[in-house]
Amino acid sequence: PEPRQMAWHWRRAVSRAAAVRGLSSGSGGEIRVPLDGAFLGHRLDSLPPGEAVTSLSELMEYLELMYTMRRMEITCDNEYKARTIRGFCHLYDGQEAIGAGIAAALTDEDSWITSYRCHCVMLARGGTVESILAELMGMSTGATGGKGGSMHFYNKKRNFYGGQGIVGAQVPVGAGLALANKYTTPPGERMPVAIACYGDGAANQGQIWESANMAALWKLPLILCIENNQYGMGTSPARSSSNNDYYTMGNLIPGLKLDGMNVLSVREGMRHAKELCATGAGPVFVECSTYRYHGHSMSDPGTTYRNRDEIAQVRATRDPIEQLKSLILQNSPESVADDVKALEKRVRADVAKACENAKKASPPDPARHLHNNIYLDDNGNDTPPQYIRMPHSLHTT
Amino acid sequence: EETTRRRAVVRVVVGAGGAMASVMFGRAVGGRGVRGVARRMASTQMTIRDALNSALDEEMARDERVFVMGEEVAQYQGAYKVTKGLFQKYGEKRIFDTPITEMGFAGIATGAAYKGLRPVCEFMTFNFAMQAIDQIVNSAAKQAYMTNGDMNVPVVFRGPNGAAAGVAAQHSQCFAAWFSQVPGLKVITPWNAEDCRGLLKSAIRDPNPVVFLENELLYGQAFPVSEEAQSPDFLLPIGKAHVERAGTDVSLISFTKMVGYCMEAADKLAAQGISAEVLNLRTLRPLDRDAIIATAKKTHRVVAVEEGWPQCGIASEICAILMESEAFDYLDAPVERVTGADIPMPYATALEKAALPQVEDILAATARTIDRTMYGTGTARVSTAQRAPSESLESLGPRPTAAKQPTAPPLAAAAAALSRSPPGRGATPRYESPPLSRGRPAIDSRECSARHCAPASLPSLFCTEECPVRRLRLALTDNTSRRIVVAGGTHNQASCAHQSLARA
Repeated sequence: PEPRQMAWHWRRAVSRAAAVRGLSSGSGGEIRVPLDGAFLGHRLDSLPPGEAVTSLSELMEYLELMYTMRRMEITCDNEYKARTIRGFCHLYDGQEAIGAGIAAALTDEDSWITSYRCHCVMLARGGTVESILAELMGMSTGATGGKGGSMHFYNKKRNFYGGQGIVGAQVPVGAGLALANKYTTPPGERMPVAIACYGDGAANQGQIWESANMAALWKLPLILCIENNQYGMGTSPARSSSNNDYYTMGNLIPGLKLDGMNVLSVREGMRHAKELCATGAGPVFVECSTYRYHGHSMSDPGTTYRNRDEIAQVRATRDPIEQLKSLILQNSPESVADDVKALEKRVRADVAKACENAKKASPPDPARHLHNNIYLDDNGNDTPPQYIRMPHSLHTT
Repeated sequence: EETTRRRAVVRVVVGAGGAMASVMFGRAVGGRGVRGVARRMASTQMTIRDALNSALDEEMARDERVFVMGEEVAQYQGAYKVTKGLFQKYGEKRIFDTPITEMGFAGIATGAAYKGLRPVCEFMTFNFAMQAIDQIVNSAAKQAYMTNGDMNVPVVFRGPNGAAAGVAAQHSQCFAAWFSQVPGLKVITPWNAEDCRGLLKSAIRDPNPVVFLENELLYGQAFPVSEEAQSPDFLLPIGKAHVERAGTDVSLISFTKMVGYCMEAADKLAAQGISAEVLNLRTLRPLDRDAIIATAKKTHRVVAVEEGWPQCGIASEICAILMESEAFDYLDAPVERVTGADIPMPYATALEKAALPQVEDILAATARTIDRTMYGTGTARVSTAQRAPSESLESLGPRPTAAKQPTAPPLAAAAAALSRSPPGRGATPRYESPPLSRGRPAIDSRECSARHCAPASLPSLFCTEECPVRRLRLALTDNTSRRIVVAGGTHNQASCAHQSLARA
């Protein structure tokens, strides 16, 4: 029932867009996209606006980001099968609208923390395809020099805090980021918010309830973002959660449910949530309905708990990139179709080039890199302990 | 008592300003303390509780980013009153109460530290930190390494650790070994008031995650605090052990409450003519390898003391360090460990006491190191200090391998043995021994099942020279005889000798 309902919402949105096609004024002009019925509220005084106001250049930006995410994740798939990437690899393809929508709604002042399915969030917050792929390949040019791997991407300068391997643990940490944002803002002023993304599989973690409780008590500016991709590893919400309406799980805490396959829906929903949090109303749950095409990770074929028809149907009717492309093409002159094709071609080439470059790098040298950055000073410089025991000897720094 | 002390102190320092007084009793009153005040203060007594309180107060005054969170830290004034007065002074933003949700608030403290704040997260006891250990280890400790230097996590997790009194199994665990194993953490175990002041201040200023293990039973204990240590900028280095008492004959290495027991044991040993060195580790990670090796090289005998469980404990690590370093060549006896019993903590007083190390256990271990010498003196006889009859273990019934021994000569004999310098020890001591034995082996009475020895008026842990079991063993290891005739005055003696033969 859930995917059909969302498909209905999308079709309504598209038909309305078709109706207003004639009203947009081409590139740079305003494009209004209706979002009626795309939001469900829980104890919310107001819902996000019924339409999103955007422009062609904005939409093209979102498309570029989302398409880069998609191509990068597909590249990871290929590289994993070619064994240049090893270990864990959790792919985000199908969920790009959430990453791009949050990136559009929030600023770099807002803190962002997510789970291990974090390659695309790193891309949205300052990572390059090359540094991400190099990290996955275990190269010293990788985002964390080969120290972190797939689940541990970070960019403190852009307020991106990972990248967390333990299911649900990012949410209390996210509440801590929100607390820090509140602590450092003079009372009465707008606070930067913190968003903690987690999945339907994580949603029942006790520590999430704990964090939500404290965030509500202390009115922390925390957005608890549930990326409901319909499966926690192999377990559907019906089998894992006695309450599937994750946006209501905050009890007295307000919640919002939106279509996570529509980047504008995500953007508007997140803007609305941010407005609530930043003004001191306390935390908000935002549930984004989405889907992942790959299995939970590269070691999961993704077909033992769902069938291929379902995957194909979502791809055919709800794909976030296809939706966005249709939106662009329907609201622009004919020439934009060529621009879109050129963009896709360019992104494919860029990602392929980045992959090539990543492969050319070299892995970190244990003699120089193994023992670094265990302890740091306040400026991020390495302050190594005097002795570190290694398998073969006692390393003295 | 506190009020009397306060009045007495005020009489002494009248005219030097209320600020100074605030530092002396650790009250959250006034400003910065001794800085800029002309008159220098004398050394004073301070409880651990006040030492911690004053350190927190000074660090909160010094740095706006420091805040305290935990259960009952604010309005209740602290479950153990360590944060007394801070809520009144600093208000709700800087010190606030949390619900009883350790995993959640440890994560919140960690997240705040990601953004450069400096939270002090209190656990009511570290038993409850087990619920939060994922956040401490996976979100805090490993973060600097996983981010390859992008993020440091300046959070302090503090609270009482280890056994209290009568709080039973789930509230008495010592987590020193668990946390000290984790790379990326710093683990501090202060003992006296100066340790607490200097190390808590260093911990709060340290840019890395720190686990600060206090001890509930020490909170009310007072220690002298020098004038230097009363300064608001008094810091002690993390990772450096401290020789609390210099000695030459044996090293007692320990941390937190057990340091006090080692000091008591050292006094008793001194009365017997044995000079014990007491090393207070202060920090468990990074462990001060150099200090441990240096003290072992100096005294040649080591007793490692901890309150926690023995398997894979701190004392085990000390043994490992001494084994794998140059200190091994300087040891005259195997390292002895004194640890808590390898059982969950029982409740009843006698059971709890028996499960925890006592001063007598440290003395017994010391005696064992002295008796087990590698250089052939071998005849040193030692006895342990007695337990008071009412606390005697005998009242519990016989220990599984306990033996009643005849009275053994006092430790003075051991002291005499020590004063004879063994052969072969020169500038670079090398361990030389007959091929089969390492000198005369000691026999611990717990190994000796001899019940034939005359019932002792005093319990002792050592067989005497007259013990036939011991003499049989010596005979075997001396390799002088090929035929052994087991003959005993009583059936018991013979069977006991037979058992020892089998073992040997």
